[in-house]
Amino acid sequence: MDETKYVLEVRNVRKYFPGVKALDDVSLKIRPGTVHAVMGENGAGKSTLMKCIYGIYKPDVGEIYIDGEKKEIKNPRDAMDNGISMIHQELHPIRPQTVSENVFLGQIPYKKRVGIRFVDYKELNERTKKIFDDLNIQMNPKEKLTNMSTSYCQLIEIARAISFGAKIIIMDEPTSSLTETETEILFRIVNQLKERYVSIIYISHKIDEILRISDDVSIMRDGRLVGMWPASELTTDIIVSKMVGREMTERFPKKNHTPGTETFLKVENFSSTNKYSFQDVNFEVKKGEIFGIGGLVGSQRSELIEALFGLRPVESGKVFIGEKELTIAEPRDAISNGMALLTEDRRKTGIIGSMSITDNIMAVSQNVDKKKYTDYGFISNEKRNAAAKKYVDAFNIKTPTLKTKIESLSGGNQQKVLLGRWMLTEPDILILDEPTRGIDVGAKYEIYELMEDMAKRGKCVIMISSEMPELMGMSDRIMVMCEGHVSGFLKGSEATDEKIMYLASTYKKGNEDNG
Amino acid sequence: MDRIIKSRLSTFIIDNILYISLLLMVVIIAIISPSFVSLNVASDVLIQSAPRILLAMGMLVVIISGGMDMTIGRLAGLGAVVAGSLAQQATYYLKFWQSLPEMPIIVPLVASVIVGMVSGAITGFVISKLNVPPFLAGLGLQLVIYGADLLLMKKEPNSSQPLAGFKPSFTEFGTGSIFGVNYMVIVSIAVMIFVFILLNKTTLGKNIYATGGNREAAKVVGINVFRIDMFVYILSGILAAFAGCMLAARTGSAQATYAEGYEMDAIASCIIGGASFSGGIGNVPGTFLGVIIFSVINYGLTFVGLSSYWQFVVKGLIIIAAVALDMKKYQQK
Repeated sequence: MDETKYVLEVRNVRKYFPGVKALDDVSLKIRPGTVHAVMGENGAGKSTLMKCIYGIYKPDVGEIYIDGEKKEIKNPRDAMDNGISMIHQELHPIRPQTVSENVFLGQIPYKKRVGIRFVDYKELNERTKKIFDDLNIQMNPKEKLTNMSTSYCQLIEIARAISFGAKIIIMDEPTSSLTETETEILFRIVNQLKERYVSIIYISHKIDEILRISDDVSIMRDGRLVGMWPASELTTDIIVSKMVGREMTERFPKKNHTPGTETFLKVENFSSTNKYSFQDVNFEVKKGEIFGIGGLVGSQRSELIEALFGLRPVESGKVFIGEKELTIAEPRDAISNGMALLTEDRRKTGIIGSMSITDNIMAVSQNVDKKKYTDYGFISNEKRNAAAKKYVDAFNIKTPTLKTKIESLSGGNQQKVLLGRWMLTEPDILILDEPTRGIDVGAKYEIYELMEDMAKRGKCVIMISSEMPELMGMSDRIMVMCEGHVSGFLKGSEATDEKIMYLASTYKKGNEDNG
Repeated sequence: MDRIIKSRLSTFIIDNILYISLLLMVVIIAIISPSFVSLNVASDVLIQSAPRILLAMGMLVVIISGGMDMTIGRLAGLGAVVAGSLAQQATYYLKFWQSLPEMPIIVPLVASVIVGMVSGAITGFVISKLNVPPFLAGLGLQLVIYGADLLLMKKEPNSSQPLAGFKPSFTEFGTGSIFGVNYMVIVSIAVMIFVFILLNKTTLGKNIYATGGNREAAKVVGINVFRIDMFVYILSGILAAFAGCMLAARTGSAQATYAEGYEMDAIASCIIGGASFSGGIGNVPGTFLGVIIFSVINYGLTFVGLSSYWQFVVKGLIIIAAVALDMKKYQQK
């Protein structure tokens, strides 16, 4: 293979948005049949670059070469015609249709009869089956996608890319909602694609994954390319320092809190109305404790804390703060008892995209502390902005103004705005569901610091996390769940990957007493 | 340099398209028929717009909350009939409620408000608690309202005649004025100020925007979205039924077909005024201008001697142009 020949070359691309240099002289070189990771903090310009390659944005300056030939890619269709496919982080499968209809969407094979194009189902299903067979994936082409998991929908997208004859597949955070087994399947497919000389541009925040499967790594920071290296020359520390532009000595802040002995929150025999969701959950959280909840996708961890917060119905169970038993029928009750919940899905249940940063930060407090932010019953913009500014400054939220709509911020900054929203209510119990998912290293560290600080001040912090290092690095105690049941407790200092995985995949009655 | 000026100009035009098109229309009509630019005409346009402003303001609040109220046209018709039936003179030969004495003017006004409140509460309940999509809930409920209205009108001795014979004090409310300003115009301005303050100056307003912007997130932050739904549909119902009452007072008559299809005009006014169907976005001044633009078309076309049927064509094109421009604006971002 000629090493100097690239399947895709991006030369000196610049892209400006009003007031922002999103891409500043970025070049990218992709060798055929390789996995090329593109890394960088959120807002570094990875997505913008990919959108330029895929024809969603037009670069202001710069050129794109495919197989050494200069191409102008005006829209995604152009990109596909040139052999570029993209698998987005959020998939939009057409659920009521079959696997093969989804794979061949937009290019369904047909046979012409009396001038009318009829769908050729036989051909459609056969071609679909062939693609999956070649990849060694069991898949029924005629099955509808109604209840298919994200992982399968992703495989369908990959099949779709192959059906278009893609030479380059862009994968944006492909493993963010996959379980470990599903990730393994994806990696196997990626390796098979490499053997067929397909190149993968792989965007991910998960450094372990990148070091495992990529051949080349390009790192971006603040809209510029920091450089490109063979993956074999890189380590986690090197990558992190190049992404943030400074040496990161510690991934987690130093533990300088000690959990109290006094139980603050106590949950007894908590069961969902849904038999397949959480059942008979018991746990306590002490003052000044960071309490982790581990488990696999489907372990019903989020459902548990959402029910605790009044968002889901409960069949039975009691919740105590100190000696006081709480009645939580709706989130408002939880909030007035000092709880705060940062939900798992930032876009779906967190941000109010059409509203400003101030309005997003004020969303809870304006109702809880109504008097504090109004004059004679009318809202006071001065007071609201002052409160919002406090958290924008404290959390180092990067935004032009307080009036900026939250949807235009990067993921990490959105998350910090949402944290500001809850911190403003001065919660006693801060519940965080996957707080660092999809956000950059710098913002992650700031969220860890906030958790530390809360614990130090004697508050309860409950964190659900699927990232093992984070779960083990931050928690004083870890509760592991499996299929809706508590399968065991571990001390943070004693927890290992293996112990957590063991508990997460096995539920036996009686385990609950450990810890 | 030239390009920058050009692009600035085009953003300016896109951002202020409402004002520009209104101005353009007035100028064109004025060129054809100079007497169009007069205080009388302006006042006529405002008076014609008054009931529509009420409907549009109610719809605006609903749209911002993420919903849609398709009942308001028929509800205004019912409001007109209920108010009219209670505003008749004792001597009128077809008096609707034979056994009732002549009522003070406050009775029909309050009655229409109550009708709106009840209807709005039902609409809100159907949409929020029974989870019927707003468009379909409206589609069904507006038929029920229209049917109820026709059944009411059929009552002897009225037997489906248009209601008439209103007390002078009632028609005075529709046509009279204080300091040269028509009462209905005053009511519509008051409603706009009320809705503006509600949306921009109160916590409730912020909660309405939040509910429309992201309903699931609004639940998480402790907003009772059911209460928000009930509030916006009740408000919209009250404004619609009262608008019907105003129509009856202005025309001196009332019929079930009054305000037919006004819900569509209200939606169009909100949308060309910058509101978004997906919720969370919308404002009072834009919606007001939307209403005025439609009234100017309506009035202006007749003024220059064109068939008033042209208004439908022009209105339709304006709605499409406004939304297309708006989409372009979002695409650029």
